[in-house]
Amino acid sequence: MTSVSQAAQTTGDDAPVAAWAGFTPGPWCDQVDVRNFIQENYTPYEGDGTFLAGATARTTGIWDQLSAMFPAEREKGVYDVSYDVPAGITAHEPGYINEAAELIVGLQTDAPLKRAIMPNGGWRMVEGALNTYGYPVDQNLKKVFTEYRKTHNQGVFDVYPPNVRAARSSHIITGLPDAYGRGRIIGDYRRVALYGVDQLIAAKKVDKLTLETQPFSEKIAREREEHSEQIRALGELKEMAASYGYDISGPATTAREAVQWLYFGFLAAVKEQNGAAMSLGRTSTFLDVYIERDLAAGVLTEEQAQEIMDDFVIKLRIVRFLRTPEYDALFSGDPTWVTETIGGVGEDGRPLVTKNSFRMLQTLYNLGPAPEPNMTVFWTDKLPQGFKDFCSQVSIDTSAVQYESDDEIRAAWGDDAAIACCVSPMAVGKQMQFFGARVNLAKTLLYAINGGRDEVSGKQVSPTVAPVPEGQPLDYDDVRARFDKTMDWLAETYVEALNCIHWSHDKYAYERLEMALHDKDVLRTMACGIAGLSVAADSLSAIRYASVTPVFDDRGVVVDYVTEGDYPAYGNDDDRADSIAVELVESFMEKIRRHTMYRDAVPTQSVLTITSNVVYGKATGNTPDGRRAGEPFSPGANPMNGRDTHGMLASALSVAKLPYEESQDGISLTNTIVPAGLGRTREEQITNLSGLLDASFGGGGYHMNVNVLVRETLEDAMAHPEKYPQLTIRVSGYAVNFVRLTREQQLDVLSRTFHGTV
Amino acid sequence: MTCQVETTDLEAPTRRRAGAGLRGLSTSEVPRAEKFALMRTGELGSMHSWELVTAVDGPGTRMTMFLSGCPLRCLYCHNPDTFAMKDGDPVLADEVLARIKRYRGVFSATNGGITLSGGEVLMQPAFAGRILRGAKEMGVHTCIDTSGFLGANASDEMLDDVDLVLLDIKAGDEETYQRVTSRSLAPTIAFGRRLAELGKKVWVRFVLVPGLTDDPRNVELVAGHAAAIEAVRPGTVERVEVLPFHQMARDKWAELGRTYELGDTEPPTPDATEAVRDVFRAEGLTTF
Repeated sequence: MTSVSQAAQTTGDDAPVAAWAGFTPGPWCDQVDVRNFIQENYTPYEGDGTFLAGATARTTGIWDQLSAMFPAEREKGVYDVSYDVPAGITAHEPGYINEAAELIVGLQTDAPLKRAIMPNGGWRMVEGALNTYGYPVDQNLKKVFTEYRKTHNQGVFDVYPPNVRAARSSHIITGLPDAYGRGRIIGDYRRVALYGVDQLIAAKKVDKLTLETQPFSEKIAREREEHSEQIRALGELKEMAASYGYDISGPATTAREAVQWLYFGFLAAVKEQNGAAMSLGRTSTFLDVYIERDLAAGVLTEEQAQEIMDDFVIKLRIVRFLRTPEYDALFSGDPTWVTETIGGVGEDGRPLVTKNSFRMLQTLYNLGPAPEPNMTVFWTDKLPQGFKDFCSQVSIDTSAVQYESDDEIRAAWGDDAAIACCVSPMAVGKQMQFFGARVNLAKTLLYAINGGRDEVSGKQVSPTVAPVPEGQPLDYDDVRARFDKTMDWLAETYVEALNCIHWSHDKYAYERLEMALHDKDVLRTMACGIAGLSVAADSLSAIRYASVTPVFDDRGVVVDYVTEGDYPAYGNDDDRADSIAVELVESFMEKIRRHTMYRDAVPTQSVLTITSNVVYGKATGNTPDGRRAGEPFSPGANPMNGRDTHGMLASALSVAKLPYEESQDGISLTNTIVPAGLGRTREEQITNLSGLLDASFGGGGYHMNVNVLVRETLEDAMAHPEKYPQLTIRVSGYAVNFVRLTREQQLDVLSRTFHGTV
Repeated sequence: MTCQVETTDLEAPTRRRAGAGLRGLSTSEVPRAEKFALMRTGELGSMHSWELVTAVDGPGTRMTMFLSGCPLRCLYCHNPDTFAMKDGDPVLADEVLARIKRYRGVFSATNGGITLSGGEVLMQPAFAGRILRGAKEMGVHTCIDTSGFLGANASDEMLDDVDLVLLDIKAGDEETYQRVTSRSLAPTIAFGRRLAELGKKVWVRFVLVPGLTDDPRNVELVAGHAAAIEAVRPGTVERVEVLPFHQMARDKWAELGRTYELGDTEPPTPDATEAVRDVFRAEGLTTF
């Protein structure tokens, strides 16, 4: 139990906290409980978007100033790098875009778009990035982080066993966060605004006391140390805010302060951690309470409220990390996954939609479309129609919104959950995950066929068994049994890798500020993942329903397949194929669960690739479904490009069959449609998109990216990137600037099912 | 009713395997002799494919079924692979109805329903009738997409189960109609009138093909026919859709080894399409 009563007592026993005047009290006053504060105080909004205000000249001025810097950044890869100061919460002097005009202040370094180095994850990544972008490598720093101060990267490789190294280098287990920050931890940044840092420190001290009364064990010692780090980080947070002229020791007293306090919390996290995803949480409705209070008091206008949100979002849009080209190949488009969760319905049935949910989305109009923050709407048919239609409209106009199933997430994690990264749900401040990237299931099938040899290198990677017989078509039952055995090995090796990684990450790159904004006892999940699901499912379907004869090369390795006849493909709402995909998801999850998890984490998995479907495809040979070697996989849980021939919704309903209970870290589906495919008039398009979302989530869907684009736009953007600096498209769970994708990925996006009609 | 009707023979589908288009419906393996009996009662039909589509074949999201077999040979046809009934897949009405049942939630969420298209839906009136009846029993909105050439095949009872008719008027006069479709226009006009008399809702569709159907006189005549249907019972023609010709089917014609006469025809310009829409609008019709 995290108590704030001690802290409250220091401000006077009976006096209510002045900053909370006008709020309905409740259990949140006596302990850290942001959800309870929201439930007691928020005002659901059932109307439409007509109340919204446009951008002010101030907002447009600041955004224009930044926009003028983007072309140089795109050209060079980075705008600037603070190459000689290791990042930290208080490492840099205050920085501004335009100090006089900014409503919400704070930058990661002392200047906008200037990236910090974060060596705790690994020095190699830092040095690689500095070399790539032509910055000097400070030899003193190098000495510190290679000789004196061990990094996460070194820690992991000290404990990796050989089987993990082999699986890693043959690309069957890939994208592991062993050389970069794992991310996917959401600090409850709202706590900074609601309680002020002093109360949070006091509460953490109480938590630490309870640890100090327990006898030494490695677990207790670690938790004591972590709490000390958390308390230290909170102190630095205060110090950093003070450098900008703000005393955030107490709670925020106005809407602007609430945004500023919350943002300082988030800023401290992104100053210190280069996590793969640094998500924001679920802040809009929380902030609405402050805005409503100020609006009612007549001290704030709608235009000013929007202006504050616009300025907040500008800051979120310019979060930057220094990364290497190899990293960019995995996660293309310089993503930071500042994911903001919007909407949904509470456990009591009231929509969690407020006017500020609209304001957050309105920033996409006031500032133009952008990939960050990663706007994520929790969709359920129970949302107010006005909000549904506004979301659909924003999707049609900007393609910058993704949708997740509110019903699935609420049932599993409660109504104060948020998405980290793309599709990973977690109860804010109460739950974190150990990010586990993913395994290549399509390649695993090839290993099964080849008796454990890699189809590209010919090396023996998984345990040796006899390969499939030559000169005859593959037998489904035989291949399925081999695949099952290979998945056993894969699950074991994979969990071993993840345990090593997270043990080391906790030790050498602990997220002290983010964890300071969590409860003492946190639910940890071990977020495993699979890639190549559709390729594996279609391949098995081909083996079962058509005739697939393996082709051996002179090494005795199966390198191709002759597939004769038709087979049902995943993605057509056809149980024959879809049930194979379902079975693969279920069986791999079951195999993962058999293993012991570091720190008693609860194992989960995702069906998500981000943009890595391209690199995974590149590393995978010909497959029995007819896919050629090197060809990209479909992204996430998407059916293979062009094989879903029964329309977008049939495709979505196939994906919806994948059981959420067996993939609790999320199932990603990306759809691209042309506006005309949604209806003749704008009104009709909006209504039809809302209906499609209702139908898809009503059918058990978990996630949907919606791109509303015409093919010609993308082709023109490839030819003339300078004309489309803000063209945003959604890829497997996040949005990216199309012009910042590699050419290969742009082509992949184009070739993907372009649903002309839905 | 005096419109001339071609007799339409039922041709049993000869395919055995599920083609790509039918993924998701378990194609019935029925002995050939039994097929005819089942087709006559409407328990079995010949289907090319189905799809869940939005905003193209009626309101909302629809399960559009393309039945195989068509008496017309439109030069611009974009589904030439549906010309022959024997080339379709044999599908049981019950299988189709089971799938419609699965999508009831989709239809209600999107204000959609089913659309029977083709090919020509009225080539298989018994099969179509069973599906329409079954759909109505489930409370599903129904739509047929037809040229109207076989309008006489649609009984009043069958039309009772139809909420909306997408009526393709392919040309405005007999001569052009003959050139475009190799058939006669009169049955379409008669069917349109009958639909209005029965109080059915109609969306008129017209495909604009440069050099074939874009003659101003032809356009005016088609608009006149649409207006005449509307005049029988105002409110009948809810909308007109002018569909610009596209070249997406060129490969299909080649694959089928059929002669495609429009290989060099360019799609109409957006301006030209808009101008044709204005002709319909001038008749007081809501036109897209």
